Amino acid sequence: MTALETAETGETTGGSQVRGRLRRVLSSPSGLIGIAIVVAHVLTALFGPAIVPYDFALQDADAILQPPSWAHWLGTDMLGRDVFTRTVLGGREIMLICTIATVIAMLWGSLLGILLALVGGWVDNFVMRCVDAMMSMPWILFVMIFVAALGTGTAALVPILGVSYGLSVVYLARSATLEFVAKDFVLAAQARGERRRTIILKELLPNVRDSLAVQAAMQWSWMVLGVSSLSYLGLGVAPPTPDWGLMVADSRSMMAVAPWAVIFPMAALSSLIIGANLAVDAAAKSLGVDRNARPGK
Amino acid sequence: MLRLIFQRFGSACFTLVFIAVVVFGAVELMPGNACTAYLGRDAKGAKLENCEARLGLNRPAVERFGEWAGNVLSGDLGTSVHRNKPITELVGWRLRNTIVLSAVAILFGVPLAIFLGVLAGLNRDRPLDLFLSSTSILAMTIPEFVSATLLILVFSISLGWASGVVIVGYRAPVLDLVMNSVLPAVTLALVLTAHILRMVRASVIEVLESDYVLMARLKGIPFRRIVWRHVLPNSLLPAISIIGLTMAWLLGGVVIVESVYNYPGLGRMAVDAVSDRDIPLVQAIALLICSIYILTNLATDLLALLLNPRLRTFRT
Repeated sequence: MTALETAETGETTGGSQVRGRLRRVLSSPSGLIGIAIVVAHVLTALFGPAIVPYDFALQDADAILQPPSWAHWLGTDMLGRDVFTRTVLGGREIMLICTIATVIAMLWGSLLGILLALVGGWVDNFVMRCVDAMMSMPWILFVMIFVAALGTGTAALVPILGVSYGLSVVYLARSATLEFVAKDFVLAAQARGERRRTIILKELLPNVRDSLAVQAAMQWSWMVLGVSSLSYLGLGVAPPTPDWGLMVADSRSMMAVAPWAVIFPMAALSSLIIGANLAVDAAAKSLGVDRNARPGK
Repeated sequence: MLRLIFQRFGSACFTLVFIAVVVFGAVELMPGNACTAYLGRDAKGAKLENCEARLGLNRPAVERFGEWAGNVLSGDLGTSVHRNKPITELVGWRLRNTIVLSAVAILFGVPLAIFLGVLAGLNRDRPLDLFLSSTSILAMTIPEFVSATLLILVFSISLGWASGVVIVGYRAPVLDLVMNSVLPAVTLALVLTAHILRMVRASVIEVLESDYVLMARLKGIPFRRIVWRHVLPNSLLPAISIIGLTMAWLLGGVVIVESVYNYPGLGRMAVDAVSDRDIPLVQAIALLICSIYILTNLATDLLALLLNPRLRTFRT
C-alpha cells in the first residue's frame, strides 16, 4: 500500500514508481503470460506486413481450400487466399480502432466522472440516472443504431465505440473519485480557493490514475471483443481489409471442408483477448484496484 | 415496502422513456435521416422526396417523436423502409422465437449455474473449483461467435450430434423451434452460466465465512445441514437479482448467436435491418429488446425484494 500512500500526497512521481508497478504485475505468472501474449500480438501487428509471404488480397485460383502445407503454412480459403498472411494481418485494423476509441472513451468518460463526483448534488444525480439508463441497453444494440445511421468502416466505428464505451468509464471514474472528494487534502485545496481544474488535475487525477489505467486496459479488451463480433456480423471492419471476425464469417460456410480457415483466425483473436484479460487481472490485483467495481452491462 | 416498489416502478419507467428518447434522438442527431441512409447514393431528387413524404420526415422532430412514442404505446411500431410493411407484423413471430430461445437458455443455464456455483464455492481452491472457475472465465472472455463456431465444428461437423444451422421457418411451432435450437441455446447458456456461476460461488464463499456459519459449526451441526439450512438460502437470494442483470448479456448475445445459427429471431432481424440501413426497424427492435430487459429486471428486482427481507430496509 506504499504506492497508494505516496499518491495520496498528490506528488507527481517519476519513472521509478512506474517501473516498480510494472515489476509487480510481471511478478505474477499469469500477468507475465498475459503481457507476453499482448506484446507478441502488437509486434505482429506492427511488423506483420514485412514478414507475410503473400499479398493478403491475392486470390490463387489454383490453390483453393488447400490444407496447411509448406507453401501455405495455414492453408488457403475458398478464394485461394493465404490464411497465414491474413491471420497475421487480421489484428491490425481492430487493434488500431480499439486503441483510438479507448483513448476517446477514457478522455471524456474519466473527465465527466471526476467532475460529477466533485460537483455532486442534483447534477450528479441526474446525469448518473441517465448513464444508468443508457447502460441498461445491451451494448450491441446501442452500437447497431449508430451503425445503421452512420454506416460501417473505421471512420464511423471509432466515434461510435468512443462514445458508447465511455459510459462505463464515467461510472468507474466517478466511484473511484468519490473515495477521495471528502478527504482532507481535497477540502484543503478547496479552502485554499484552488480552481476546480487545479483540484481535478493536481489532487484527484493522481489518486485515481491506477483505477483509470486498469479501466483503460479493460475497455480495450472489451472493445476488441465487440469490434470482432461486429465484423463477424458484417457491421464492423469493411471487407477488403483482412480481419479475424470477417475471416471467420467468410469461411464459415466451408467449415466442414476447410476448418483451418476459421480455426486459425479464431485462435489468434481468442489468444489476444485472453492475454489482455490475464494482464488486466494481474494489474488490477497488484495495483489494489477492484476489477469488478462496475454494475453489470 | 410499498414505497420501495413504487420507486422500482418509477425508475423502470424512467429508463424506458429515456431509452426511447435515446433510440429516437441518436438518429436525429446524426447527419442524414432514415431515407438518406436507406437510399444511399440514390438519395436525391424525387426519390428522396417521395421517401421522406412517405415516412413523414419533413415534419419537426419533436412532433414526430410524440407520434412515434404514442404509436408504440398503442402497439404500432411504425413501417419498415426496406420491407415496406408494418413493423409490428414483421416482428411478432420473431419476438416469440427470441423469447423461446432465451427461455430454453435460461431454463437450462440457471439451474446448472447455481448447482456448479454452489459446488465450486463449497470446494473453494480445490481442483474442482479451480477447474470450474477457469472454465467460466474462459467462457466469459471468448466472443460468442467463436464459441458458437467451435460448438458447430465439434458437435455438428465432427460428431454429427446436432444440426449446425437452424432450418425451421419463423412460423414454426414452439416444439420444432426448441428441438432445433439445442446448439444456439447451449452457446447462450455458456456465457449466462459462467456469469451466474461466479456470482453464486462468491456469494457462497462469503456466507461460509460468516459468523453464523462459524457458530453453527461450533455447535457441532453436521456440515450437510449447515449447507441446506444456512448457506443455500442466504447465498442464493442475492443470486436472484444477478440473474436479472445477466439478462443484458443474454439479450446482447442473442443478436450474435441468432446470426451464427441462422435462427429466425429478433436478433438476426436486427442485423439484417442494420445491413439494409432500415433505421425504423432497427429502432423498433432496439426498443423492444430493451423493454424486455427492463421488465425482466424489474420482475427479478421485485422478486428479490419480496423474498429477501434485508433488502427492504435499504433506503437508496
